[in-house]
Amino acid sequence: MLEARQLECTRGDRCLFTDLSFKLGRGQMLRVAGANGSGKTSLLRIMCGLVSPSAGELRWQGRPIRDEREEYSRNLVFIGHLNALKDDLTALENLQCAAALSGKPADVGRMLAALERFGVAHCAELPAKVLSQGQRRRVALARLALAPAAPLWILDEPFSALDVGAVVELELLLAAHLASDGMVVLTTHQEVQVVAHAILRVDLDLHTAALRAA
Amino acid sequence: MIRALGWVLRRDLLLAFRRRGDVVNALVFFVIVVSLFPLGVGPEASQLRNMAPGVLWVAALLACMLSLARLYAPDHQDGTLEQMLLAGEPLVVLVMGKVISHWLMSGLPLVLIAPLLGLQFDLPGDALAVLCVSLLIGTPVLSLIGAVGAALTLGVRGSGVLVALLVLPLYVPVLIFGAGSVGAVASGTGAEAHLMLLGGFLALSLVLAPWASAAALRIAME
Repeated sequence: MLEARQLECTRGDRCLFTDLSFKLGRGQMLRVAGANGSGKTSLLRIMCGLVSPSAGELRWQGRPIRDEREEYSRNLVFIGHLNALKDDLTALENLQCAAALSGKPADVGRMLAALERFGVAHCAELPAKVLSQGQRRRVALARLALAPAAPLWILDEPFSALDVGAVVELELLLAAHLASDGMVVLTTHQEVQVVAHAILRVDLDLHTAALRAA
Repeated sequence: MIRALGWVLRRDLLLAFRRRGDVVNALVFFVIVVSLFPLGVGPEASQLRNMAPGVLWVAALLACMLSLARLYAPDHQDGTLEQMLLAGEPLVVLVMGKVISHWLMSGLPLVLIAPLLGLQFDLPGDALAVLCVSLLIGTPVLSLIGAVGAALTLGVRGSGVLVALLVLPLYVPVLIFGAGSVGAVASGTGAEAHLMLLGGFLALSLVLAPWASAAALRIAME
């Protein structure tokens, strides 16, 4: 279970959000909403442990994530704005490196199946630099389809640059992950249809310092 | 842990192989700088012998520094560095993998080609051997210290100059004892003391630099 206690994030001298608390349990999805610049990406980076919050703390299974960074990272898949693809490596090599670095080396068959799910198996041997923006996003997202999945997915605008077919595929994947007791945190501006028994929502516009003071 | 290090190493070597131009750049720079000196200074053999260690070591040091810009910056730009910070392995191990691959691509070629270039300076056989050994011990130190500088200046504008300012003072002892070892052979005092000191630098930087570099990376990503 992931628990946030009174998180606060300041960038420079500007307070993005303050006093943000939530609990995310198994099979639950957290959708982070807010206007542009409200700190959605910052919150996601805090939740990954890339950035430390200026106040408050995050706990994973009851323990602060700062104390066991590697253990927490092994339970986490983060897909950010950047696709984390190397231009000179093929789609398959990129996926292989990503899987190996996250501590779950995968064999070629499973990786091809993951690429196939997102309809980019035919690009497996092409270097990432010749892929289109949407295809690159699909290759990055193929990490999610690699079993065994990490329990917590943190996705920053996962639907950007995807076409309708890929959006549906990702929605199905999210629903299946939630159904098998996984957890998902995501930001998106699109309306998404994910079947889940609990979708939490955090609206960062309701956590600005000015609102708190009022 | 060793497997993660292997993966970083393998990935970086594969990338370097696909972009051979970058690796060759540093080597060509080294060869050109060293080769220009005999032409500029003139064919006086004793003079060339005296300046050879300094010229070779300074060129190696600058060539190594040139390639530091590519150590973390590409990974930072495409987001793979972020993923390395979130890998389930200690960041120090991954940093070590990157430093080793940096040395294999920018340090080792210099070590291998140095004896050939030393011939242009009329260096005798024993001096050439010591030159190689000193570079073999010294260039990993350059990569290790450089990794700290590269991590500290990550994402900063004009980081090339800043890296030089940060890293050069730390490179100076390596330069002095590296070039000194070759000079010592020439003057007949033996190079053991110099080489041992270089080995000491290597041991020290091997222990401290990866941790410093990993900490600097975490700060840079905040």
